[in-house]
Amino acid sequence: MVKGGMTAKAHAYLDYNATTPVLNEVALAVTAALGSFGNPSSMHGPGRQARAAVEEAREAVAALINAPAQRVIFTSGGTEANALALRGLAAAGECSAVLTSAAEHPSILAHVAEHDRIAVDKNGIIDLDALERALKQRAAPVLIAVMFANNETGVLQPVAEAVALARRYGALIHCDAVQAPGKIATDMHDLGVDSVSLSAHKFGGIKGAGVLALRGGVEIAADMLGGGQERRRRAGTENVPGIVGMGAAARYAGRLLDGGSRVTELRDELEAAVKSAAPQARIFGKDRPRLGNTSCISLPGISSETQVMRLDLAGVAVSAGSACSSGKIAPSHVLLAMGVDPHEAKSAIRVSLGWETTRADTSRFLEVWLALAAQFQDS
Amino acid sequence: MGFAKPTAATRVVVAMSGGVDSSVVAALLKSQGYDTVGLTMQLYDHGAATARSKTCCAGQDIYDARRVADMIGIPHYVVDYEAAFKTAVMDPFADGYIHGETPVPCVLCNQTVKFRDLLKAAQDLGADALATGHYVQRLESDEGAALHRAADPDRDQSYFLFSTTRAQLDFLRFPLGGMNKRETRELGLKFGLHVAAKPDSQDICFVPDGDYARVIRALRPEAARPGEIVHVDGRVLGRHDGVIHFTVGQRKGLGVGGEVEPLYVVRIEPEAARIVAGPKEALLRRAFSLRGVNWLGVGQGPAGDGIDVRVKLRSTHQPVAATVFGEAGGERARVVLAEPEAAVTPGQACVVYDGARVLGGGWITRDEAPAALPHNLRRRSAAAAPTARVSVA
Repeated sequence: MVKGGMTAKAHAYLDYNATTPVLNEVALAVTAALGSFGNPSSMHGPGRQARAAVEEAREAVAALINAPAQRVIFTSGGTEANALALRGLAAAGECSAVLTSAAEHPSILAHVAEHDRIAVDKNGIIDLDALERALKQRAAPVLIAVMFANNETGVLQPVAEAVALARRYGALIHCDAVQAPGKIATDMHDLGVDSVSLSAHKFGGIKGAGVLALRGGVEIAADMLGGGQERRRRAGTENVPGIVGMGAAARYAGRLLDGGSRVTELRDELEAAVKSAAPQARIFGKDRPRLGNTSCISLPGISSETQVMRLDLAGVAVSAGSACSSGKIAPSHVLLAMGVDPHEAKSAIRVSLGWETTRADTSRFLEVWLALAAQFQDS
Repeated sequence: MGFAKPTAATRVVVAMSGGVDSSVVAALLKSQGYDTVGLTMQLYDHGAATARSKTCCAGQDIYDARRVADMIGIPHYVVDYEAAFKTAVMDPFADGYIHGETPVPCVLCNQTVKFRDLLKAAQDLGADALATGHYVQRLESDEGAALHRAADPDRDQSYFLFSTTRAQLDFLRFPLGGMNKRETRELGLKFGLHVAAKPDSQDICFVPDGDYARVIRALRPEAARPGEIVHVDGRVLGRHDGVIHFTVGQRKGLGVGGEVEPLYVVRIEPEAARIVAGPKEALLRRAFSLRGVNWLGVGQGPAGDGIDVRVKLRSTHQPVAATVFGEAGGERARVVLAEPEAAVTPGQACVVYDGARVLGGGWITRDEAPAALPHNLRRRSAAAAPTARVSVA
């Protein structure tokens, strides 16, 4: 595995769910794409060259998630892909509402009315009975949005069961799978959902490229209007370097997956050390199926802000809750939806590992974090 | 700055507001080699404060602080004190006006959110000190750190820091206390800070448009209770829309005409929703009480048998001679002025000085009716009556 070409190693980087290092293969492909600057919509040679690069990337992403290539739509990222799914699918399918769980990403929740957010259990898993009750109440078709894996806890959602409910009640179903590639196998055909959203920079690509993939036979109404790009589903000149980078990352994601057990081992070691040295700490979703790289840990009595700042000043990068553009940290809506006490939610951080993480990185985290835990225990 | 270790091993957290003063402090400390960390407090929803709910919760100042930190190359974090700021500053601000007082929210903020919560955050980050951009001086004395007026009298902000405790003062540093504003701006230019020419803030931060009555109504919808404006001689002069619109010493905006002498607000009676107006002489006060006294001088408070000092009754007031008597074990105090003063305004701070040194201070209470004035004191009425409306630090 090629390592570390583009990343600064000043920090022990344990925030892969926020964004990942750019894979060397991606950096090379993106750099090459900067040279083929043509507009993919142009008829001439440079245009055709750029178009070919985009189509190659489309095929690579389609292969990654087992989706039909002609139904892979490039967007500016996961947020736009989710917006296009929720607005575009709902409009084309004449859906009366969007139902989702309260633990979804803000780019989903922003489209869903408060009373259409289905409760989750203490592990953050959508209450399927409540979902079914909500489906029964609707005469007109609805759209369901269920994420593959939670970005804060890593907990997997029962997508197959939600798909079964969707089929029974004639609903459409979208799956935000932004956290999946490179961490867990993602097969759109097996999942059976109507659409899937992805983001390049969560698995080694660069920021500014994402995908909405549609199942055969499902249509959307375009949101961004203008030119006829992306088969009239998303107007605007393609972000060729970003798309090419996403294609390269997609080709590499299988190998990232192969390294997953090493990452999971490191994560489990870290959690064991946390639990033995700081028994007051709590690890969320630990006993449920979840991503092998993610650990969401609360340390009652020490605010998330303090933990993140102390770790950062000591050269360890983790995150907490969701940061506003001001940079202030709000308590995690995911933990609050799970019924975690707001005080405890304000003391939680997310540690997420990846392919470049070493035992030196997790040891550095433990050294700083356990010292902090001990300091506040004493005072 | 009085640390017993090398600068590189000394972590100083700078309270960065996004203005030129605290930005220069951060750049200065960084240039001196300190392990400098910037913290900016998110205090209120900027979008809501400016009645533009679609805008971001963060104002331009937070962005400016971040850009300065980026530019000088220090870690910088935004810490969320919205809840604490509402409880400790905005609610008491509204309640103060409702109770007929004219509060000084900047003092409350320094006392609570800044020097209690932010200082704690700095300690949690392993800092050796918290530095701010205030224009005051912290001088080492035999009894420990002492708080003194700034070298530049036009810039002095000691009035807003009277409630700083000894323990807080030990941990605080004020690198601009010996400078004037021109020197600060020159340093800002020298360090290449984009905020070097940024105008000073003029209003209370959470009332950016100056309409503080709107903010109070938003916090306390019941505050707009109309009532009567009466003359000190008992005559009803007119009506008003709520006591929150008035401050003791105010002349304009009473909306009553036909009087021979100009009229001033001499008293606010919130229980009866009554504004009492009268001629200038009626404003003169010689003695009043303080609550919430903080003491940085010798002992736990001003001596019970009195101490001769100078006191400052508004942020723009020139200190005047007075005797301060400690009461209730230092919690309260009684102030007797050498000469009567117009507009001793309940809710404002009375800060006690020994020369340039801040001995402490307290909040002016409205617990007594003005004493009858001796005839020989009425000559002072020709002086302008200052008001204590907007004062920020």
